[in-house]
Amino acid sequence: MIHTHTFDAIVVGGGGAGLMAALHLSRGGQVRAAVISKLYPPRSHTGAAQGGIGAALGNLEEDHPEWHAFDTVKGSDYLGDQDAIELMCRDAVEVVLELEHMGLPFSRTEDGRIAQRRFGGHSHNFGKGPVRRSCYAADRTGHMILQTLYQQCIKNRVTFFDEYQVMDVILSEGRAAGVVAYQIRTGDLHIFRAKAVLFATGGFGRMFEVTSNALAFTGDGPAIVYRRGIPLEDMEFFQFHPTGIAKLGILITEGVRGEGGVLVNGQGEEFMVRYAPTMKDLASRDVVSRAIYHEIQAGRGIDGKRYVHLDATRIGREAIETKLPDIADFCRTYLGIDPADHPIPVQPTAHYAMGGIPTDVDGRVVIDDKRTPIPGLYAAGECACVSVHGANRLGTNSLLDLVVFGRRAGIDMARFALEADLPPLPQDAAERVVEQIEWLRSANGDESAATIRREMQTLMMNNVGVFREAKGLAEAVEKLQELRERYRRIRVQDRSRAFNTELTETWELGALLDLALVTATCALNRTESRGAHYREDYPKRDDANWLKHTLAYGKPDGTIEIKYKPVVITRFQPQERVY
Amino acid sequence: MRYVFRIQRFNPETDKAPYYKEYEVELEPTDRVLDGLNQIKWNIDGTLTYRRSCAHGVCGSDAMRINGTNALACKVLVRDVGPKVTIEPILGLPVIRDLVVDMDPFFEQYRSISPFLINDEPPPHGRERLQSIEERERYDDTTKCILCAACTTSCPSFWANENYVGPAAIVNAHRFIFDSRDRGAARRLEVLNSRTGVWRCHTIYNCTVACPREIQVTKAIGEVKQAILYRQST
Ligand SMILES: Cc1cc2nc3c(=O)[nH]c(=O)nc-3n(C[C@H](O)[C@H](O)[C@H](O)COP(=O)(O)OP(=O)(O)OC[C@H]3O[C@@H](n4cnc5c(N)ncnc54)[C@H](O)[C@@H]3O)c2cc1C
Ligand code: FES
Repeated sequence: MIHTHTFDAIVVGGGGAGLMAALHLSRGGQVRAAVISKLYPPRSHTGAAQGGIGAALGNLEEDHPEWHAFDTVKGSDYLGDQDAIELMCRDAVEVVLELEHMGLPFSRTEDGRIAQRRFGGHSHNFGKGPVRRSCYAADRTGHMILQTLYQQCIKNRVTFFDEYQVMDVILSEGRAAGVVAYQIRTGDLHIFRAKAVLFATGGFGRMFEVTSNALAFTGDGPAIVYRRGIPLEDMEFFQFHPTGIAKLGILITEGVRGEGGVLVNGQGEEFMVRYAPTMKDLASRDVVSRAIYHEIQAGRGIDGKRYVHLDATRIGREAIETKLPDIADFCRTYLGIDPADHPIPVQPTAHYAMGGIPTDVDGRVVIDDKRTPIPGLYAAGECACVSVHGANRLGTNSLLDLVVFGRRAGIDMARFALEADLPPLPQDAAERVVEQIEWLRSANGDESAATIRREMQTLMMNNVGVFREAKGLAEAVEKLQELRERYRRIRVQDRSRAFNTELTETWELGALLDLALVTATCALNRTESRGAHYREDYPKRDDANWLKHTLAYGKPDGTIEIKYKPVVITRFQPQERVY
Repeated sequence: MRYVFRIQRFNPETDKAPYYKEYEVELEPTDRVLDGLNQIKWNIDGTLTYRRSCAHGVCGSDAMRINGTNALACKVLVRDVGPKVTIEPILGLPVIRDLVVDMDPFFEQYRSISPFLINDEPPPHGRERLQSIEERERYDDTTKCILCAACTTSCPSFWANENYVGPAAIVNAHRFIFDSRDRGAARRLEVLNSRTGVWRCHTIYNCTVACPREIQVTKAIGEVKQAILYRQST
């Protein structure tokens, strides 16, 4: 049975980006808006963010949005669009204060202001040394942002459809016209008609074996729009965070190094000074992740194994308990160690998608090098690519991206929804999802989703990870195509309608496979090294040929067409990146 | 090592009543109970149904009864539960399927205490509301709540009366009542002073034991009771 609902605006995703947009949509009280989320909103992965949100408040020392913008541009390896970055760093101050006014329980300074700490890649005076810019609430900043925004949405009586999984976007006459969702609890399908649709579905780190990302981080939003012919931008850039708990991938925030923790190799050496003389352990993440792998490859892992130590003992027990209590808890729970006494075994972990659905600074999805928008279609948060992170995101800049661009998208959607009329509903609006669900409910082949998922994750980790080269990438592309073929012969045991999570998980694997193929294809295509994309066969950045964004289009015959979009450069000319 | 998972199963479309099913899985002692569930679902029985997302104890999806005690499956290691572990859904909320319960009543209770900052005074222009380190510390513990329902569904008073707002809602009320920036205490305390409010708590402490975030839940409830009494006496 298919239910139909009509709203002015639909937000897909109840994380930081989605809720911030919903809040601003609901502000005037005129726009009928709803949030659709496959998880209860407080379960979103924004709640896992630890270290902080970047804003040049200057509460503890001199700081300026211009410095923040410079660091972000440099961190992006000059691939970030500078107009968007300047805007984000300027809005940052206002948005962080707005969050505080909403009740966010930030940690405080002696004089009662929002507390700030150091974070990787954030500097004063255009790279002269670290600066305290990360506004934090202990090591639960994301949790507090998510809770605060959810609370405010309750206050504003936002409508929620919880545990509904969106599986398609409806486009009509070149505009967004709604979405099709699968109600997890009943197995029913729902058509949500709307004038404006925002995707805020988060990241897709689950394509990799070792990741800090939630099991629900499967890239549904980008996969859905990509299948409808909308390009994905800069998908070759995936960030590996230097300090995941070895094997598990659970994140240990950069805040540990911000508070004075240091990386140490198997010989007891504080090796970062050799790779980044000025910023040392607080160099940007791509630099530190590569350094760790170099140490490991040179046999200087701990006991020659594939991890190094993050020494937090020198931070002191008291500071750990007050500023990093969750980190201490993770170490006790999963490693059985106390970080005040013992170093933490760490390895790089797949963490953040710099690429995603291309948008402008108002969250509008733009589909080509001329930035042509699709009226009514929006994206924000990790699933979007504005691009403010370019080839490598700085820590604290994602939470910032969520709230700055979530807010801007919400405001623009409200404006648009009040002006526009409701697009007609195409006859076959639900057809594609009906077919997918029917197939998944009866899929009776000889392949297992678990096996395909595991093979994809290992392949992506080994061939499309921190170090890449042509042969491994070409092999990845070929194998991913095979995996997608095998996926068509999958078997789903569960035939129930109520809470059939085997069905939804298998659908999610389809999304991950599509995005993994785009990632590997774009990585093979870009014959240079920039930010998180490091090609051993092309180890240098090549501005003459590659100072441009990638746009990957899915063609009906299953091939991928790659086009490009120029980078916006305003004040900061590309320079060599030294930390 | 081999572990036996004995899991309560129920599918409303095929089963008249819940039953138990046993599965054997090969796990490292340091693996999480959630890893065991995933192994079963991915390799043995795809119909096994439970919620999960973050896998490290911060999203609140996977509260369940593990050997009779409420916990997050992703925060309990198998070496701590022994070679045979019994897993059941949390109590007091309707079971939808297997380990999945209907969370809507729980979120309804949460909403009833107005879980948002109430303060109509215009905030200062161009800067934050000030709050001292001590004022911030006052409500720190209760900001940690991830709404997993482990506390509420471990409470005998809640089992006895499903209209009791429950520990989780009180924890979230506490978070605002003791926030120096909030002005809504009167409204919340009125709700909590009602027949379904804090007085149903008989300090049994199950909630405190169950909380995966180590919030001092019973203490927080006690402080809310005190606040009500204090307000009545003045
Ligand atoms: C462990 C960790 C620590 C981090 N720490 C920091 C930090 O300190 N600072 C920082 O700036 N960044 C940090 N990040 C990055 C940042 O937290 C994330 O990039 C960001 O929270 C993503 O937010 P989002 O709103 O885009 O997505 P999410 O918060 O994950 O929300 C996604 C939402 O989409 C919904 N959804 C997904 N698919 C569907 C679908 N098909 N249908 C319906 N709904 C759907 C989900 O239910 C969810 O509500 C961290 C990331 C991780 C993993
Ligand atoms: S899966 Fe998130 S708390 Fe266990």
